[in-house]
Amino acid sequence: MYSVNTSPLLSAQNLCRYYTVRPHAFAATTTLKALDGANFELRAGSTLAVVGESGCGKSTMARLITMIEPPTSGQLSVHGTDIVNATAVARRELRRHVQIVFQDPYGSLNPRKKVGAILEEPLRINTNMSRQERRDAAHDMLQRVGLRREHYVRFPHMFSGGQRQRIAIARALMLKPSIVVADEPVSALDVSIQAQVLNLLMDLQDEFELAYVFISHGLSVVEHIAAEVMVMYLGRPIEQGAKRLIFDSPRHPYTRALLAATPFVDPQRRAHRIVLKGELPSPLSPPAGCAFHTRCPHATALCEAERPALRLLQGRSVACHHAESI
Amino acid sequence: MALLEIENLSVTFGALRAVDGLDLSIDEGEVLGIVGESGSGKSVTMLAVMGLIGFPGIVKANAVRFNGAELMHLDRRARRNMTGKDIAMIFQEPMTSLNPCFTVGFQITETLKVHEGGSRSARRARALELLAQVGIPDPERRLNSFPHQLSGGMNQRVMIAMAISCRPQLLIADEPTTALDVTIQAQILQLLLGLQREYGMALVLITHDMGVVAETAQRVSVMYAGQLVEERAAAELFASPSHPYTHALLGALPERGRDRARLPTIPGVVPGLYDRPPGCLFNPRCTSARPDCAERVPPLETTHQGRVRCFYPLQASKTGV
Repeated sequence: MYSVNTSPLLSAQNLCRYYTVRPHAFAATTTLKALDGANFELRAGSTLAVVGESGCGKSTMARLITMIEPPTSGQLSVHGTDIVNATAVARRELRRHVQIVFQDPYGSLNPRKKVGAILEEPLRINTNMSRQERRDAAHDMLQRVGLRREHYVRFPHMFSGGQRQRIAIARALMLKPSIVVADEPVSALDVSIQAQVLNLLMDLQDEFELAYVFISHGLSVVEHIAAEVMVMYLGRPIEQGAKRLIFDSPRHPYTRALLAATPFVDPQRRAHRIVLKGELPSPLSPPAGCAFHTRCPHATALCEAERPALRLLQGRSVACHHAESI
Repeated sequence: MALLEIENLSVTFGALRAVDGLDLSIDEGEVLGIVGESGSGKSVTMLAVMGLIGFPGIVKANAVRFNGAELMHLDRRARRNMTGKDIAMIFQEPMTSLNPCFTVGFQITETLKVHEGGSRSARRARALELLAQVGIPDPERRLNSFPHQLSGGMNQRVMIAMAISCRPQLLIADEPTTALDVTIQAQILQLLLGLQREYGMALVLITHDMGVVAETAQRVSVMYAGQLVEERAAAELFASPSHPYTHALLGALPERGRDRARLPTIPGVVPGLYDRPPGCLFNPRCTSARPDCAERVPPLETTHQGRVRCFYPLQASKTGV
């Protein structure tokens, strides 16, 4: 039971990332809390979905997990190694275990490089493989993601959006990572292509025991692929737990609104539409108390005064003062 | 009587047939959804109706009648008067469709100036009224804002205000919510439907999001590679699609899949310029294709439920997704 596999590949405690920004030319600098206190664990073969609207800190989280940026505070460990206090050499070594697939396959592939060069680049930088070995690895990976060997010598512009996303996925897998961060991998694709790419992601997950951090704003995609869901609002997780719990009995009013706002084809799936008033407040000056109280239909004086902490309720953690009563 | 009637519309760009023999009609006060994947010709169709297809695009049609008037024979000036007044359009990217160099107020009053005239102060008052109507808080101040000072959702509201400024009879919304967050999408859709009811205008909603169409449209047209392949009442279409393409498209939705099960996909890709198959355009990807599908082009047949372009439409019993 307690084999090596059950220890988390990725774990974060109170992970924060603040940016110092100057809102306009003559303003004083302020702190933007892009991510403020995320906790999660991710095991091999599992998928954590991070859901939320623009500006909620999803992509900041991706940048921290992939070690593109260091966290401002909090702990993040990859493969059991604390990356905050790790040496640069150790971090560099760890980076190969965490790879990323971006949203827009038109922007994330260098148009001047052939597919072969794109796929071999991670190997050239991180390994001592010979030219022939790299080429074989690239050919092998092309077939794994459903492309053909002859695609090796083509340029990205010769592919459709779905095929490009396959190339981006292939590139992410070249170093045999254990964790893949997928930042909105199917949002830019058509429905039929989206299904193909989702199937590919699931096949590859089963084959390589990959752990996914799946960032998305599309809830129906998340419901299909995720094991655990984290809903974020203005940099903070507001509800987090097993997927079925979150989708079947959401406790946070924001999660409910998000689910109710998602259009479904099947009439019985449609919840009573909760249309939230107003827009997302500026992350530069988030509302005091509960950040959601300005749009929440259940907000009370307590919500304006005091920020609710994440607490355990019915098997998931939720940050709402009134989670029981609503 | 139908508000807009299109007969045999074709739009070509050189050798590319973006729209291929399309028949479509929209009744007064109706909400029609047009769905299809990218490149299926849904936007181009409506741009042609708006008269916004420029060189090298060539628009041909037997008839495009709006309110009984033949649009294809109108001179440019008369057509221009109609565009933006009787037929208005909202585009996908509010950030790029608004002019960044002018204030929101200027852009709304410009539409009014061209189509309705009136005094400067009357136009300004009307612009204020419109901004309030589309739910923009503090409209007085927002009138002097530039598009970059507003969020995507607010900009889309401004676009809607501009579109409804002359009380159009037909509003075409081309992917109005694709660039927006889910909760903002819900707000914008609610706003559009509210305005549609209030003004009794017809609304054409172009989208690739099946969920959006299912929840808003009364009737749905499905397009594939420039052709209309199926058209039916929304509830019926989503419950039991007749065309294999519609069926496959709905089957590929993650919401219909079971937990982590592999989703059914459509093999192959949408035919491009040089690989249009003979016969039915969908036949190489169709799971229920028979030999003659590749030989003859299926006509768009009218059934008691709607229209479908298939020799062997699926029966209701077989299509339980």
